[in-house]
Amino acid sequence: MNVYALMFYATAVLITAATVLAITRRQAVHSVLFLVISFLGSAMLFYLLGSPFLAALQVIIYAGAIMVLFLFVVMMLRADHGEENKFPRRFWVPGLLVGLLFSGALWVAVFSDPSGSVPLNLTMVTPKEFGRFVFEQYWLSVEIVSLLLLLGLLAAIHLGKEKGRVERGQE
Amino acid sequence: MIVPYGHVLVLAGIIFCLGLVCVVARRNLIMVLIGVEIMMNGAAIAFMGSGLLWQRLEGQAFVLFILGIAATEVSVGLVLVLHAYRRSGSVDPDTYNVLKG
Repeated sequence: MNVYALMFYATAVLITAATVLAITRRQAVHSVLFLVISFLGSAMLFYLLGSPFLAALQVIIYAGAIMVLFLFVVMMLRADHGEENKFPRRFWVPGLLVGLLFSGALWVAVFSDPSGSVPLNLTMVTPKEFGRFVFEQYWLSVEIVSLLLLLGLLAAIHLGKEKGRVERGQE
Repeated sequence: MIVPYGHVLVLAGIIFCLGLVCVVARRNLIMVLIGVEIMMNGAAIAFMGSGLLWQRLEGQAFVLFILGIAATEVSVGLVLVLHAYRRSGSVDPDTYNVLKG
């Protein structure tokens, strides 16, 4: 086992542990903070898998912008007061059954495939190469994503208007 | 070499399953959105690994698109949560069972 494999497994353990902690916290703020750690771990993984540009984007967009958006909304809602309903006890058995079945199928699918044991070679893609590739081969998808972002912006502005607050105050 | 390709896929599968558990088991719309984010992150890890296996740039390009789509999804999803909270005063998805506008 060389140093890169060691880094990969350490990062994998970090990501998994942070994600498990994130999805089990009672308070949404704690969960968002653990999720930031998880996304920083994914950025390290992207760096290891050969793309420093995407690692930087992961830090800036995921761990920076999206998580701050979550924090803002959690603090606006003040939803941490109420006791959260538990997952109904009678659904645990079918849920576990489906989960085990899914895990078994995933395990078989990954390890019966001969390419599953192919070792990954260390490469690095510079941002220049990556940018040239994206804007030469996938310029249409870039346009579609930009249009999608514009639509998201419009939807957020339209739905975010405070129309319902007056009605709720009168009740 | 780093690790076998299967190990990256297993990591991506574990992350995806954790996100799925969060979506299904939590009774808080914020946590449901967080679960969707975790699932997208798992998909991005799988794309990175496969891009490295075949030494093609498509995997990384799709990670870029996943980032854009996740940003859109989160902004629209959070504003819908805010909208629902203003109308019903709760973020529990089980309380949205009244069809009256």
